[in-house]
Amino acid sequence: MRFAVIVFPGSNCDIDMYHAIKDELGEEVEYVWHDDQDLKQFDGILIPGGFSYGDYLRSGSIARFSNVMESIYEANQAGKPILGVCNGFQILLEAGLLPGAMQRNAKLKFICKQVELEVMNNETMFTSAYEKGEKITIPVAHGEGNYYCDEATYTKLSHNNQIAFTYADNINGSRHGIAGITNEKGNVLGMMPHPERAVDQLLGSADGLKLFQSIVKTWREAHVVSS
Amino acid sequence: MYNVKVFITLKESVLDPQGAAVKDSLHRLTYNAVEDVRIGKYIELTLKKEDGDIDQQVREICEKLLANTVIEDYTYEIEEDIPQ
Repeated sequence: MRFAVIVFPGSNCDIDMYHAIKDELGEEVEYVWHDDQDLKQFDGILIPGGFSYGDYLRSGSIARFSNVMESIYEANQAGKPILGVCNGFQILLEAGLLPGAMQRNAKLKFICKQVELEVMNNETMFTSAYEKGEKITIPVAHGEGNYYCDEATYTKLSHNNQIAFTYADNINGSRHGIAGITNEKGNVLGMMPHPERAVDQLLGSADGLKLFQSIVKTWREAHVVSS
Repeated sequence: MYNVKVFITLKESVLDPQGAAVKDSLHRLTYNAVEDVRIGKYIELTLKKEDGDIDQQVREICEKLLANTVIEDYTYEIEEDIPQ
């Protein structure tokens, strides 16, 4: 499987993402500069964390108008897996690929630590290797991870099983403790915690690796004919 | 030229953690009369005069980029520069 890691001016988790895919997952991966347009040769799109365009105006608001976004909309149309982590999640919200918006953390503190997440839905292409209700440890590092959506959107997310992860302890004030959501079709996942930083026990947890393994497993089932 | 002043505020239904922190600080300074603090953004635009509706153009700019209408409201004032 061939992954693209999109690099914006200000991305700083791109190397972690690349390392997770190449060295820990053992799949093909390439960096794609935000000005490049074509993503047709890739099977999966990864939007890493960082501070795209310095987070000026609002996190993710400027990145959403980069040239590469057109190809990301096309990849979404094609049903390819698209994962946005941290600033990547903020970009997906600003781009309208996921519903809701991000606010400063409720206590205004930048939070950087390992947190416990609960897997709410293990029937997505990103979470199938987990058990439903499984508690996993993944680090967060953000100042604006307070997920907001109105009640009608929350009801819809809930009803369609779009809530992939919640915080065991709601660290940033997110609506109903939401840590990660998918789109309705299930091919786009946005999450504030960093699974790419939890791919080896050496990093304190390897619980993030299963997320990437889930993507590969789903892709192989659809694209590799077993003999 | 047009000088446009854009004011962006969080919707009333959205809690403002920054405003709450500033309110607490004002109370510590004994300004207890302060009932509420909401923090927003103020953006100045200078626009060349072109054909078309200036109001519509400003609204488009606000909704596309300057404000996130999921959580924010915006208002604006347009001043027309009169050449000397």
